[in-house]
Amino acid sequence: MSPVTVPALITADWWALGAALALSGGAMVLMLLEFLPARPRSSRGALVALLSLAAAALCVWQVRDAKRAIFEGMFMHDGFTVFFTLLFCGIAAISVLLSWDYVKRMRINQAEYYALLLAATLGMIVMAASNDLITIFLGLELMSLALYVLVGFRRSRLESNEAALKYFLLGAFASGFLLYGIALLYGATGTTNLARMAAFLVATTLPGNPLLLVGGLLLLVGFAFKVAAVPFHMWTPDAYEGAPTTVTGYMSAGAKAAGFAALLRVALVALGSLQADWTPILVSIAILTMTVGNVTALLQTNVKRMLAYSSIAHAGYVLVAVVAGGVDGGSAALFYLAVYSLMNLGAFGILALLGRDGDERVLLADLAGLGFKHPALAFALTVFMLSLGGIPPTAGFMGKFYVFSVAIKAGHVPLVIVGVLNSVVSIFYYLRVTVALYMEEPHGQPTPVSWTVPAAIGVVLSVALTLWWGIQAHALLIEAQRSVLGLL
Amino acid sequence: MPSFPWLSWLIFFPLFSAVLVVLLPPRAERTIRSLATVAALAELLFALPLWWRLRPGEPGWQFAEQRSWLPALGASYSLGVDGISMLLVLLTVVLTAVAVIGAYRAVEKRSREFYALLLALESGMLGTFLSTDLLLFYVFWEAMLVPMYLLIGVWGGPRRVYAAVKFFLYTMAGSVLMLVAILWLYFLNRAVTGTPSFALDAFYRLAISPAAQVWLFLAFALAFAIKVPMFPLHTWLPDAHVEAPTAGSVILAAVLLKMGTYGFVRFAIPLFPQASAQFAPWVVALALIGIWYGALVAMVQPDLKKLVAYSSVSHLGFCMVGLYAMNSQGLAGAMLQMLNHGVSTGALFLLVGVIYERRHSRLIADFGGLWKPLPVYASVFLVVMLSSVGLPGTNGFVGEFLVLLGAFRTNPLWAATAAVGVILSAVYMLWMFQRVMFGPITHAENAKLVDLSFRERLVFAPILVLIFAIGVLPQPFLDRMQPALERTLDLSHRRAEASERLPLGPASLAAMGSSMVESTPIGAEPPATSGTVGSPAGAPPVAAPRDSTGEGPHPAGTPDTAMVSDTLPLPAAPTQPGEPR
Repeated sequence: MSPVTVPALITADWWALGAALALSGGAMVLMLLEFLPARPRSSRGALVALLSLAAAALCVWQVRDAKRAIFEGMFMHDGFTVFFTLLFCGIAAISVLLSWDYVKRMRINQAEYYALLLAATLGMIVMAASNDLITIFLGLELMSLALYVLVGFRRSRLESNEAALKYFLLGAFASGFLLYGIALLYGATGTTNLARMAAFLVATTLPGNPLLLVGGLLLLVGFAFKVAAVPFHMWTPDAYEGAPTTVTGYMSAGAKAAGFAALLRVALVALGSLQADWTPILVSIAILTMTVGNVTALLQTNVKRMLAYSSIAHAGYVLVAVVAGGVDGGSAALFYLAVYSLMNLGAFGILALLGRDGDERVLLADLAGLGFKHPALAFALTVFMLSLGGIPPTAGFMGKFYVFSVAIKAGHVPLVIVGVLNSVVSIFYYLRVTVALYMEEPHGQPTPVSWTVPAAIGVVLSVALTLWWGIQAHALLIEAQRSVLGLL
Repeated sequence: MPSFPWLSWLIFFPLFSAVLVVLLPPRAERTIRSLATVAALAELLFALPLWWRLRPGEPGWQFAEQRSWLPALGASYSLGVDGISMLLVLLTVVLTAVAVIGAYRAVEKRSREFYALLLALESGMLGTFLSTDLLLFYVFWEAMLVPMYLLIGVWGGPRRVYAAVKFFLYTMAGSVLMLVAILWLYFLNRAVTGTPSFALDAFYRLAISPAAQVWLFLAFALAFAIKVPMFPLHTWLPDAHVEAPTAGSVILAAVLLKMGTYGFVRFAIPLFPQASAQFAPWVVALALIGIWYGALVAMVQPDLKKLVAYSSVSHLGFCMVGLYAMNSQGLAGAMLQMLNHGVSTGALFLLVGVIYERRHSRLIADFGGLWKPLPVYASVFLVVMLSSVGLPGTNGFVGEFLVLLGAFRTNPLWAATAAVGVILSAVYMLWMFQRVMFGPITHAENAKLVDLSFRERLVFAPILVLIFAIGVLPQPFLDRMQPALERTLDLSHRRAEASERLPLGPASLAAMGSSMVESTPIGAEPPATSGTVGSPAGAPPVAAPRDSTGEGPHPAGTPDTAMVSDTLPLPAAPTQPGEPR
């Protein structure tokens, strides 16, 4: 063992780490601000959160073209990291906008809420940037712990408690699987560094080494849990339904994207040489995930729960891209995740606007008649639903199109046929939302809507991007391709 | 080349107007109606010059536009028109204007959104007909579902939600498989030529092995057959038609169904000639069943709208028989029949709408003896009904005659079977007319009905003109489309020959993938330019022996080879790709 020397950080490294610093700094400032008195409806928490997210995004943007391995290669700054950092900051920023009024309405402690949001975002960024299984685990735990608390934030509500407990128990199990997988992989390859692991696997062929295969499988279980892939999806509907709606939106977008970021890095960088082994497993998981998610969503009457199952199905579509593998598959996955995050976040954001004070109005029946009473809100929700269903000209169509095209290119035609048929099934329940909005009359009082300026900004931003990426997706496409190219 | 992007203007002007309409205050109904009407009429004015300026004899796309859209994938925003699509563009703009004006009194609530959706729908339909890039085509094809779905679902009858969702799901289910086939073609083309492209012209240049054609054809044909709709896939149509508001029914019958037949002419037949020939007997069999079935079911309908809806199934069967006769008469007849059906059935739906507005009933049993109180209405109805039946002198006759002629040249039995359908259509139409218009007035309230207003007469005037114009002087219409149809036939014959010459040998899609990296065209040996050009009017072998590989389970992506043939006639690429504008 040579003496450990800490390599000096150059300026670019500091910028690259700036995101992490800004977010942790922001979280700490928020906690400290709690000691200063404020009016109950003060928005300083949201402002601080937005500022630190903007600072984080700016730092990374400064060095977007650099490629640096920091901390002995445990933390990678490359196109992939930049893409996901910007994505997570974007998701968190839109979530803050949508939560702005919601947390006040629900009487949620603002400082804690936003601090945890920033912490979760930091965890996601670490997951995407890690080039080492240990760091991935670190990021994953940071994200998960923050999310467990966020899910259970509405202490007074039974559903929220149930959701948090379920999420926590199953999540803890999943973390255990992941950690055990990491240990086995370390045993098989002698390293936790992804690049070194890849080099080792290429140099010494270890086909069928049980340690390696079981380790990889356990790792997959851990990630599948985080991205809510069948059969590790059981927690999703309950957690999504019980969590405060804005948290649901945030975790359905962010946690899924983070899980896939880590999965992609592991699959593409470290275990790329084992593709033949994990492809059949991923194919079956993808088919199951799409089918179970969509078919179960058909039966839901609670929109939050329906969107929870729909988000399971969407994990299946991303898995199709992961199965395709390589630069194509990776970039399709990135593209899809960006698009999916946007539209799902928007949809939950709209749900968060429904109802007044403490009550939640998220049943399909609650949407009845809103179409002509609140045309802007209904239009936005319709755009998100059509986009989730993959109808052009929305970003969701472009995402599905791109995913399916790379899968066909890789020769997975049957998988794609399952995928497209699934999207037909999914259309049925997305249409039910529009049916409720435009074609049904409300029973009794129509649902009140709490529009506020920040939420409106968040929704308008999401709708505009969803439509724009549906019409002209070139920039995002190129960005996704470039990000993955930097990875390999 | 025209410097002004006429086709883009044509497509996006209605959408732009729709946005304007939505921005008006909801109470300003008169302004909303006027704006929508002006927009629809202006659109007609924009489209008419193109109809005159189209040079039918010239090969290739006219008024073509091309802009880069997704260069990384090779998809481009490219539009173009030829004799085939021009006809449908004309149909679309005329019928949309008619529908907008016809809906003045029918729409009682939320007229702002109604007109906006109608105009947005027009954009979608025109985009579908004018796209010459398959991805762009698909985007319009699917995007168009949304306004139609909302039109049926919001302004429709009692079972509107069921009908709207069924319409959406049926169409979508068919088209997603077409998307897979488009992607498959795209990668095949990319493997062969090395350049990614969704351009229709590029796919026209590609020779596809007969075995692969089977699967691709089935995927495309399913999407189009649902839209047409062909016999077992037609069940969404009566529901949608009956529940839709009048304007929706008019557009649905006149234009949306034509997208299916247009898809066959433009894509399924020329792209997959062997598979088309191979499946022709099946397609025609289903079409003939559709003719009979539609007519027989129409005969027993108590509801006028349902009767007209089933007559659509029957009439579209004629179009399909004409198309799959695969000779120039059949094709021309089918095209003309598409136009006729759009005009006549659109008019029938309008007429049913007119009487429904007055009586709030569509049941034949509620009427009788309407001729006396409504002489003008009854006369218009008579003319339209006779044109739908195919009386000589009206448009229906020319189309049906050409279809039967074409079918006879390919297989006399087809013609004979279809001809019985003509008789059946006369039976159900005349019987219906007799029960509604003649006899004593059985319901007292019918005696007080008011005849067609000036606005309504204005709506039916262009339709009557078209009925007689096509009936007496079909030549100008035929002249516009005949050259394009001949080129389509010629293209399919040459493509069939080219794919016959494909070197045998398995080359899976995976192998395709590897050749993508090298991006070298395979099939380097260019086929010798043979002097034998398939006679354009010659009928292809009809009952080609079924390819044995097409029988078993055949994962798409197995035996397949392809090459680019230099001898294929190409619609000349009119503009330089990526030309900045």
